[in-house]
Amino acid sequence: MPPELEALVARLVDARVEERLRAAGVTDTNRASLIVFSGDMDRLVAAFTVALASAASGLEVSMYFTFWGLTAIRRRRTFAGKTFGEKLAGLLLPSGPATAGTSRLHMAGIGPRFFRRLMRRRNVASLPEMIAMAQELGVKMIACEMSMQVMGIRREELIPGVEYGGAATYVADAAGAKVTLFI
Amino acid sequence: MANIDLDCRGMNCPMPIVRVSQTLKTIAVGDTITVNADDPSFQADLEAWVRMTGQTLRVFSTADTIRTAVIERTR
Repeated sequence: MPPELEALVARLVDARVEERLRAAGVTDTNRASLIVFSGDMDRLVAAFTVALASAASGLEVSMYFTFWGLTAIRRRRTFAGKTFGEKLAGLLLPSGPATAGTSRLHMAGIGPRFFRRLMRRRNVASLPEMIAMAQELGVKMIACEMSMQVMGIRREELIPGVEYGGAATYVADAAGAKVTLFI
Repeated sequence: MANIDLDCRGMNCPMPIVRVSQTLKTIAVGDTITVNADDPSFQADLEAWVRMTGQTLRVFSTADTIRTAVIERTR
């Protein structure tokens, strides 16, 4: 195929793809979409590192917090008006990112303390600092309502600025994203 | 053509890139940022960032553990 023809075909295909995406409601493809399922400190650090780098590189970033991942955006525990099971779940789960455990070498809480010290010594930003920075950079954070119900987590337990949604909210975002990750 | 100095020494991945991108928003097209960093992945990350964002890396030099970069805002 002559190069001019190839370039023409490529342009036409690009235009058509863009048109189709727009028709499907997918407008901005310059996006990174992350599902944060884990509540482990080490995995959360990885998730927020990628989120911050993506935001800094000009991508629109959205993070969906589901199940254990809700720990990252939790700021406190409440018990009022909860069932016994919800109270128990609330008590057993970490009250927020500062008390998240590690996925390996947890050793009854010694591991996370040890890793936090190592990270500080190596000038790696702490998890709460990364979360604050992500909010500052406009990273969109969405809490999964279904897992909030399962875990008995109320909206007032989450940090301000969080949005709420379900699986379809994620899919609509991820369908137009250049980067999607499940962490 | 103004220049802003940015000190990212002591910061680790991804903070130098975050700071560079934040600083870039405060300067005009044609202005430059001179960054010092000692993050070992700074060169690779900055080159990738420049490709992603369409900015221009004018100078990159390394002296001992300190990496110095001059970035020009091109868009």
